[in-house]
Amino acid sequence: MKKIVVPVLILTFVFNSCRKNSENELTFWAMGVEGENVSKLIPQFERLYNVKVKVQQIPWTAAHEKLITAFVSETLPDVFQLGNTWIPEFVAINAINPLDSLIALTQINLDDYFSGILESNKINDVLFGIPWYVDTRVLFYRKDLLEKSGCKNPPRNWNELYNCSKKIKSLTSNYAIYFPTNEWIPLILFALQNKAELLKRNYTEPAFTDSQFINAFEYLSKFYKEKLSPSNITEVTNIYQAFEEGYIAMYITGPWNISEFKKRLSENVQNLWMTAALPSPDDNYPGVSLAGGASLVINKSSKKKNLALKLIEFLSRPEIQIQFYQLVGSLPSRKSAWNDSIFVNDVHLKAFRIQLEKTQAMPKLAEWENIMISKIQKYVEEVAAGKMTVVEACKKLNSETSILLEKRKHLVEIGAL
Amino acid sequence: MRDKTNIWIVFTFLAPALTAIFLFFIIPVVSAFLISFTDFDIYTLGDFRRLRFIGIENYLKLFKDELFYKALLNTFYFVLVGGPFSIFVSLSTALLLNSQLIKFRKIFRTIYFLPVVTTIVAVAIVWRYLYHPRFGYLNYILSLFGINPIDWLGDPVFAMPAIIILAVWKNFGYNMILFIAGLQNIPVELYEAADLDGASSWFKFKSITLPLLAPTTFFTSIMTMIGYFQLFAEPYVMTQGGPLNSTLSIVLYMYQEGFRWWNIGYSVSIAFVLFVIILIGTIIQFRYEKKIQY
Repeated sequence: MKKIVVPVLILTFVFNSCRKNSENELTFWAMGVEGENVSKLIPQFERLYNVKVKVQQIPWTAAHEKLITAFVSETLPDVFQLGNTWIPEFVAINAINPLDSLIALTQINLDDYFSGILESNKINDVLFGIPWYVDTRVLFYRKDLLEKSGCKNPPRNWNELYNCSKKIKSLTSNYAIYFPTNEWIPLILFALQNKAELLKRNYTEPAFTDSQFINAFEYLSKFYKEKLSPSNITEVTNIYQAFEEGYIAMYITGPWNISEFKKRLSENVQNLWMTAALPSPDDNYPGVSLAGGASLVINKSSKKKNLALKLIEFLSRPEIQIQFYQLVGSLPSRKSAWNDSIFVNDVHLKAFRIQLEKTQAMPKLAEWENIMISKIQKYVEEVAAGKMTVVEACKKLNSETSILLEKRKHLVEIGAL
Repeated sequence: MRDKTNIWIVFTFLAPALTAIFLFFIIPVVSAFLISFTDFDIYTLGDFRRLRFIGIENYLKLFKDELFYKALLNTFYFVLVGGPFSIFVSLSTALLLNSQLIKFRKIFRTIYFLPVVTTIVAVAIVWRYLYHPRFGYLNYILSLFGINPIDWLGDPVFAMPAIIILAVWKNFGYNMILFIAGLQNIPVELYEAADLDGASSWFKFKSITLPLLAPTTFFTSIMTMIGYFQLFAEPYVMTQGGPLNSTLSIVLYMYQEGFRWWNIGYSVSIAFVLFVIILIGTIIQFRYEKKIQY
């Protein structure tokens, strides 16, 4: 008898754990520190609607793979967090639900969101995600080094940035600014600021040989050529140390570094650093920056879309977003949350508030991340190392990208996308 | 009649093993081969109708792909320089540890074997410090000899040597153990006879040790070659293939295409090209082995 009972028990257990979860249980995946801390906000929601939310935390490095495999095996949760550059890809594979009609049923006021960031959640004008927290890049700089070298204010346009960098270089004989060569960010920022189209015809053809893009690339390459920025990444292995030593005086980075700078820089430089919105190629200060951040999306095959929407609505409340900021330091996506004194009184956050009004979404297609990381980044590295001229790099970039876009072009042409 | 029942009995007993091989080996390999003739990608995941059979297009694209050649070249560099270097280091340490002159041999054997069992991720953190251009210990030692600091992982010229040094350090202990076993199988009488004839130690090494060690050398070199062709973890954790793709290996490229960009069709075709290369390498070594049989 015993011999039968044990396997039967095991089997029932296995089948039970596989069973779809009960009526008022919601599954929610979030990444990194957000995933770690969001569970502290969930009990309020659970009490409010008398439901259970199962939060699972996924490390950022494994997130993309895990989401795709979950999609293939049909085990995606009801609600999940998605970096907003991933949205086009998840729309392309039909994994996430359009939200326009659902949003009308809620209190969510889309006017309260930053337009550039909201735009990055729309594919062909259809909304697929609600911004959860936002992220953009601003200039972090050393006040003392800028002043000593004769730059009164943080640079407001490209010329000032360049001239100021030269002055700093002659003052410290180190580097002025750090544009990591293993990042696509500096080049894309300059290209967006210079109104480069990047990809044209519904993102089926590259536009990297357009003068706007080439000029932006030339501008960036000047910094490498004249040694105003380190031209390979290993020269700065610890950005905080380099910033403290004055090895670099300026660095374009995101909001997470505010708390890192506060934590890692020593006492005597704490008063010497500040943030500023990005310079612009013309006099329209500030220049645009990235519309980054993460959104909350609903699984297309979820059976509990209404409940899922309630969770998104709850997490989008300004007061919850403020609590969330206090937990993990992620910047709120709702403008009204920014009126809280916690943001108004923070000197380092001011630049972010200004910059968030001027952000721009990147091209929205599944291949974009591939283009940025394996193409654009590669050619930034080549040009920085002096192996290639900017024009050569742009030509190669164009031809390689059009091979990469062949499938998309085909799908667009037959009307499948 | 009896023969037929026998066959069924044989099949019944073989069935579990055959089923497993069929399910987990034959089916995946065959379907992978078929996938290599399609443009299976992220769009296909969403809607299977977006799959196109494109014949040998993937392979054609591969042979036009600069990055693939770069990865191929890097991998050959790694195999042809790192492989012999690794065998050389393994053999040398095995000879040292086998000699009667050395004390605490067991301790040294354990120490040399330790890198093999440590995880590459932990090792990579330590080695990144060693290779650091400004604060690294390696450059400190070089500076004692008046050599200018080398940007080990940042300079395209030095990145692959840096990976080779790391890989050899990490793996030589394994082959060393095999070599020690091989050395201990050589009958002592042969050395004694050579001693009586007044042979020098170099002559003994050349005429006794090396020939009798040939089977072990053959085995380790094949295993090393196959393993080194599949270079992945070292560049994956140290450099991600950079700088300027100078440490991009075939398997790393395959991984990036397949699991990062979900170009499954393309990435599978890379896998089959790698398979053919390893097959050719093994055949060459087998041919060579037949010539030096003792």
